[in-house]
Amino acid sequence: MPEVYLNSKFVGHIDEPRLFVEKMREGRRRGSVGTQVNVHFDEQQDIVEIECGKGRARRPLIVVKNGQPLLTERHIRQLERNEITWKDLIEQGVIEYIDSAEEENCYVAFFESDLTPEHSHLEIAPQAMLGLASALVPYANFNQSTRLNAGSKNQKQALGLYVSNYYLRMDMDVNVLQEPQVPVVQTAIHKISDYQKHPAGQNIVVAIMSYKGYNMEDAIILNRGSVERGLARSTYFRPSIAEELRYAGGLVDEICIPDKDVKGYKSERDYRLLEDDGVISAESQIAEGDVIIGKTSPPRFLSSLDEYSLSSSTRRESSVSVKHGERGVIDFVLITENEEGNKLVQVRVRDDRIPEIGDKFTSRHGQKGVVGLVVPEGDMPFSATGIRPDLIFSPHGIPSRMTISHLIEMVAGKVGALSGRYVDGTAFDAEPEEKLRKELLNLGFRENGVETFYSGETGEEFQAKIFVGNMYYLKLKHMVANKLHSRARGPIQLLTRQPTEGRAKEGGLRLGEMEKDTFIAHGASLLLKERFDSDKTLVPVCEGCGTIAIHDEFKKKSYCPICGDNVEIYFVEMSYAFKLILDEFKSLCIYPKLVLKSKY
Amino acid sequence: MFNACLGFTGARTDKMSIANEYKGRLPKKILDEVASLTQGSSEAKVRKLLEEASREYEQAKVEPGECVGIISAESIGEPGTQMTLNTFHFAGVAEMNITMGLPRIIEILDGRSEISTPMMEIYLKQPYSKGKDLKEVTLAIRQTLLKDIVSEFLINVADFSIEVKLSQERIAEIGANISSIAAAVKQAAKGYNVSAGKDSLVLKKKERDNGINALYTDKEKIKQISIQGVKGITQVLPVKRGDEYVIITAGTNLKEVLSLEFVDDSRTVSNDVAEIAKILGIEAARQAIINEVFKVIESQGLNVDIRHIMLVADTMCNLGVVKGITRYGVVSEKASVLARASFETPIKHILNAALIGEEDKLDSVVENVMINQPTPVGTGLPGLVTKVKR
Repeated sequence: MPEVYLNSKFVGHIDEPRLFVEKMREGRRRGSVGTQVNVHFDEQQDIVEIECGKGRARRPLIVVKNGQPLLTERHIRQLERNEITWKDLIEQGVIEYIDSAEEENCYVAFFESDLTPEHSHLEIAPQAMLGLASALVPYANFNQSTRLNAGSKNQKQALGLYVSNYYLRMDMDVNVLQEPQVPVVQTAIHKISDYQKHPAGQNIVVAIMSYKGYNMEDAIILNRGSVERGLARSTYFRPSIAEELRYAGGLVDEICIPDKDVKGYKSERDYRLLEDDGVISAESQIAEGDVIIGKTSPPRFLSSLDEYSLSSSTRRESSVSVKHGERGVIDFVLITENEEGNKLVQVRVRDDRIPEIGDKFTSRHGQKGVVGLVVPEGDMPFSATGIRPDLIFSPHGIPSRMTISHLIEMVAGKVGALSGRYVDGTAFDAEPEEKLRKELLNLGFRENGVETFYSGETGEEFQAKIFVGNMYYLKLKHMVANKLHSRARGPIQLLTRQPTEGRAKEGGLRLGEMEKDTFIAHGASLLLKERFDSDKTLVPVCEGCGTIAIHDEFKKKSYCPICGDNVEIYFVEMSYAFKLILDEFKSLCIYPKLVLKSKY
Repeated sequence: MFNACLGFTGARTDKMSIANEYKGRLPKKILDEVASLTQGSSEAKVRKLLEEASREYEQAKVEPGECVGIISAESIGEPGTQMTLNTFHFAGVAEMNITMGLPRIIEILDGRSEISTPMMEIYLKQPYSKGKDLKEVTLAIRQTLLKDIVSEFLINVADFSIEVKLSQERIAEIGANISSIAAAVKQAAKGYNVSAGKDSLVLKKKERDNGINALYTDKEKIKQISIQGVKGITQVLPVKRGDEYVIITAGTNLKEVLSLEFVDDSRTVSNDVAEIAKILGIEAARQAIINEVFKVIESQGLNVDIRHIMLVADTMCNLGVVKGITRYGVVSEKASVLARASFETPIKHILNAALIGEEDKLDSVVENVMINQPTPVGTGLPGLVTKVKR
């Protein structure tokens, strides 16, 4: 006898599972059972599952009875006249939400023309099977699903107008595209989601060809002329925050220009941009190291207010300054107080981001790439009508990835741009390619989208015809300016005396274990030693006991803490990390004795 | 023999002396190749060619201070990252898939004593290799347990006996008869009187002191009694290779299989390195490691020079027993404390070294990297010979 589970808890048995499930669903449509309840009969396990808990993914479908959808023309007319709403349709049982379990019991027709008496549901629209992001891909049904995933993932990283009140906000690490456009090739979701109110890309002319190898491996070529005319320019915002914190004993931080006798005082130059209140003025140009908000804090430990120090101030410098490698302009200064009533200063830094080599771009089809070269407009190839593409995309990106929608969008975009209209590229329901081709022919172009092109440098005609069209391109938030990093000398860690790690700390680039192995494999022994010299030290070692001795720099004398000063002490070169491990051995009560021997 | 290959008719002694001159300097394979290329050439030409060949040969040799170990590790490790497919399904036979790919390489190099899919390839002597009595041969190799031919076990509690009903079909399938089965059971079931019926055996317990429960545990043991075949070989599959039959088995038992009279003991192989080391010795185990690793790499369509694998096999076997490349195996044999400590369980090695006052001579690579001294390889190897006056 089939068991019945309510929200995965056993509640009883049932004789006629099919009838039971059917009655439950009938009840849901009539209104006697809640619309959020889903029932599912599992034939294999012979159980009935009733689910009404939260957290299930459900989707709406049109109910079908005897091969006829319950949603009729009349409903649609009423909807258009705003006489009924979506909610009414659900209450009437015309549309119901199905969860993933109940879907297993359903027979869903894709199109109305496919309906048979066996069908239980009809898709509202075929593209309803796509999510919000993947439905934004035009001609998505021409693609492999993996590309669709990549395409929608990329769109989430695109720069656009993320909110319209960004100017009033203090969001961390945000970008705003300066000249966003509505795509020429759209899908139904663009209209439904009000995409024109927060667009995230630009319509540009794309040519598919190679350019001197600078667009190998997914790289793209940009036209410098287009860049100078403002293509894909964006603004980067990053706020800096300083607060006057209160400490025990009535001590407080102070936002001001620090005095010269403050511990850790930088230099006069660094504070030059501060106003009298210790805060930088708006629209000042800033570069690495400049102080944005001057601040001093009380000493870290009260006990360090020692009697020896005669200077009046023992306050610490704790200003907020521009981080390593950053620059920009002060956009906005906000002086207010926080919940505890402490003075709070927020300063927003703005930086113009003009596309450069290394910035990441993508079309809407998972065809992402990095700028490989920005070519002067004069050197860009041009078409017979004098059109120079904004972007050159490599043909090698197409065959292995099979993104047919990418190619169709180019033709569709071309038609849309030439005839001055939007093209509908909704998945499963788009303007057909044949129609676009005919229209393109009527507009005076080759119907397959190729054009005669000429070399920008020599003016010679290319042997091959070049496929050009208009596309909606997106600039992604990964920009080199935020990632570029190198180091020759710089800060080291206190414990190991090895270089710090990470771009933010101006760190070194680690030569790891496997990289070390390649040096050894080449027999480049001395080069390897030099590479690892970053933490080399000279350590005085006592010849008698083999432990690390003490060198007194004032008396220019070395002595051993165990054997005294009547013993030979030699300076041995070793890595500081090794000295550290010797110390750690000692802390484990292991005596690491160094036996000294002349090298030669 | 070499001169015969050269095929000179006249001035035999001269040519022989040329070849002999190079005998120590060039391997026989190259000498043979030179010989076949220079048929009928003049003495001077042969000499010139041999001179050039030996120069090239000297140049191809590994130089002192070359880090062969790391080069081997990288040469095996890099293609290893490309290996994907784990199992390989044997055509036609269900439940006979063999561990291949990276898991197999790891298994071999770890020196595991129990591998996941032990296998043998049994070559047969003439005339069996041509297919004579193939069925009998396979039955003699595959192990049949009592439970495989039993239709029912009946336990008679009253007179402390187990009646074993045999399936006539299964008996016919394995080509045995009741009396031979009874003999096998009699030998294995100690403490029982075995009597054979028409299609059943009755095992009567001699002593009753352990109670009825003992009867049940004994039943499970009786199930596992081997009726015929080689112990440990669970499946057999005859395969035609060229014009002879080869029997591939699941499970290995080198010792017993090699002693079967119809088995060609010079070509039969197992894939169990530990077993080979036990039965045939360390040199055979070394060769088995090389063959097995190379087989995997080849099957993945990768290209690794066999000398890299040979070096690995040598390090695993040079102590006379197979040692895995693990912290319990070859790494534990390293002379340097620091080198051992740098590879897994450092505290164990440091503490043990401290207990016995071990000394690290710092004469290998890892230790010197740790203390930031030149490693004694490549450019770090040569020292200063001249004594500088102070």
